[in-house]
Amino acid sequence: MAKPVPAVEDSDRGFWEAANQGRLVVQNCSACNRMQMPPMATCSSCGKKDHLEWKDVRGRGRINGYCVQHDTRVASLREDMPFNTAVIELSEDPDIKFFSHLPGVPAGKVPVGADVEVVFQEVEPGQMIPEWKLA
Amino acid sequence: MTINTQTGWMRNRLGEGVWKNRGKVAVAGLGHSPVDRRWETGNFDKSLGAYSILAAQRAMEDAGITADQIDGIVSAPGPLGDNWGPSRPYFAPPYDSEDGITKVTAEWLARGLGIAPDKLKFASNEPPYIGLAWGYAIEAIATGKASTLLMLYPTGNVEGRYHQQTEKRLSGATKWPALWGWTGGSTYAYQFNEYTRRYGGGRAEVARFVANLRRNGLMVPWGYYTGRQQKEFTVEEYLAGRFINEPLNLYDNDLPVNASGCYVLTTAERAKDMKQKPVYIWNHAEHLATMRSTVQTLDEAQDWCEASARKTLEGAGLSVADIDIFNPYDGFTLFAQTWLEAFGWHGVKKGEALEFYKGDISVEGPHPFLSSGGNIGTGRTRTAIYTDTIEQLRGTAGPRQVRVRADTGVAGCVLPQTNGHVVFGKHLP
Repeated sequence: MAKPVPAVEDSDRGFWEAANQGRLVVQNCSACNRMQMPPMATCSSCGKKDHLEWKDVRGRGRINGYCVQHDTRVASLREDMPFNTAVIELSEDPDIKFFSHLPGVPAGKVPVGADVEVVFQEVEPGQMIPEWKLA
Repeated sequence: MTINTQTGWMRNRLGEGVWKNRGKVAVAGLGHSPVDRRWETGNFDKSLGAYSILAAQRAMEDAGITADQIDGIVSAPGPLGDNWGPSRPYFAPPYDSEDGITKVTAEWLARGLGIAPDKLKFASNEPPYIGLAWGYAIEAIATGKASTLLMLYPTGNVEGRYHQQTEKRLSGATKWPALWGWTGGSTYAYQFNEYTRRYGGGRAEVARFVANLRRNGLMVPWGYYTGRQQKEFTVEEYLAGRFINEPLNLYDNDLPVNASGCYVLTTAERAKDMKQKPVYIWNHAEHLATMRSTVQTLDEAQDWCEASARKTLEGAGLSVADIDIFNPYDGFTLFAQTWLEAFGWHGVKKGEALEFYKGDISVEGPHPFLSSGGNIGTGRTRTAIYTDTIEQLRGTAGPRQVRVRADTGVAGCVLPQTNGHVVFGKHLP
């Protein structure tokens, strides 16, 4: 599936650098002991930026739910419609959610509740993004 | 969704008790423009500004007042549809202003109505959408910023598909969902899948709900489909609709339109001397929430809607059993059941809404849910829910007039994450 490409921005640079090394990291506020996703400039709980760090996670999760895209607004994905977009909850903290196309899973045949593990896909030379496959 | 607005005026905290200004503000007039798709005619003869002047004139006429009695205007000026559209098909800048074309500010409307600037004590374009505009305008009257005020909600519409993301490289907060194609109503499709997984039911029940909304909408004189659609929309048509974000289909989305609605708000005392029997404001309540992660979950939506419901009823000093007319937001249809269950209207508990849709929800029946037809039945005016509630309480809803008691009503907009609700009363508290 041809994917759009993320613009790397200050608040998420660490996330994408880790992805390009094959690691999944989540932003964590060490003061609040709380992870947040997507990355932000400040902690969404305490509002401070001084204690934000990148925390390596195992890359394991569970399919929380999904819908099937028949008419997405993202032009570069249209040729692949219909396709799944699943919500993945992270094993370390189910409140932390990622999206996935679930490569290999037919549209609409998503096994909600199944275990998944992260894989990385190259969307342009040198730029990886996290995807998830059935464990 | 991030809402950039001041919050100091809001009634957004639980436990504040009954609103101290309950019953001191009234709706004295309402007016509406025609509802169309601007580019149906291919010309500029029906600008959003012209429609706004028309709506305001009709609202004042309804109240039996003239423009020289207006000392406040609140607009949620937009642009709405225009801002979401592709490149504007207008002539290129420079030209004097977007005002009156793709948005309508309070100042523009004042000029259009011939209200002298020095007569206007209060003019504001602060609220970003009608759900917050109601509360903001109500507070302006309650706190004496204005004594008789026009509250305007214009919504524009351009030709073409909205919100298209044609760039290969995506940036900003929206890139996280968009990288995986999660756009439009995906969130509510995902929530609906989870809802049916937990509680059962499915699109067949929603079909009954949507068909009823479209039926109610045909009874709104200015509704988009009124006069354009000759026969009632059917359950079968709904179920045959093409998917956008499955299980959400085309008919779960509201139709962008070009329209303007306007309301006259004043003090309860002044309203007594105006043309219509006043409809009193018993409360307004607002709710702004923040998602925990990349997607709004069903649990979050349910929690937020319940918080909105509690605040809305608490400030009015009412229980849900006291609410006769209930017009929550329906644009997307697949979250309307979350409002229904959060308020518990007509005894509907969590997980019971789809079963409720299988009963008689027509305006003639015992459970006239969304008697307005909502956005789905009238187009994305966001005004039908308010106008219907007021008309039901006045007893002027025509063929939509419910057969059950219509002494109180609740209307609200927009999403579970950010919304404002108003409690209307036929009588003083």
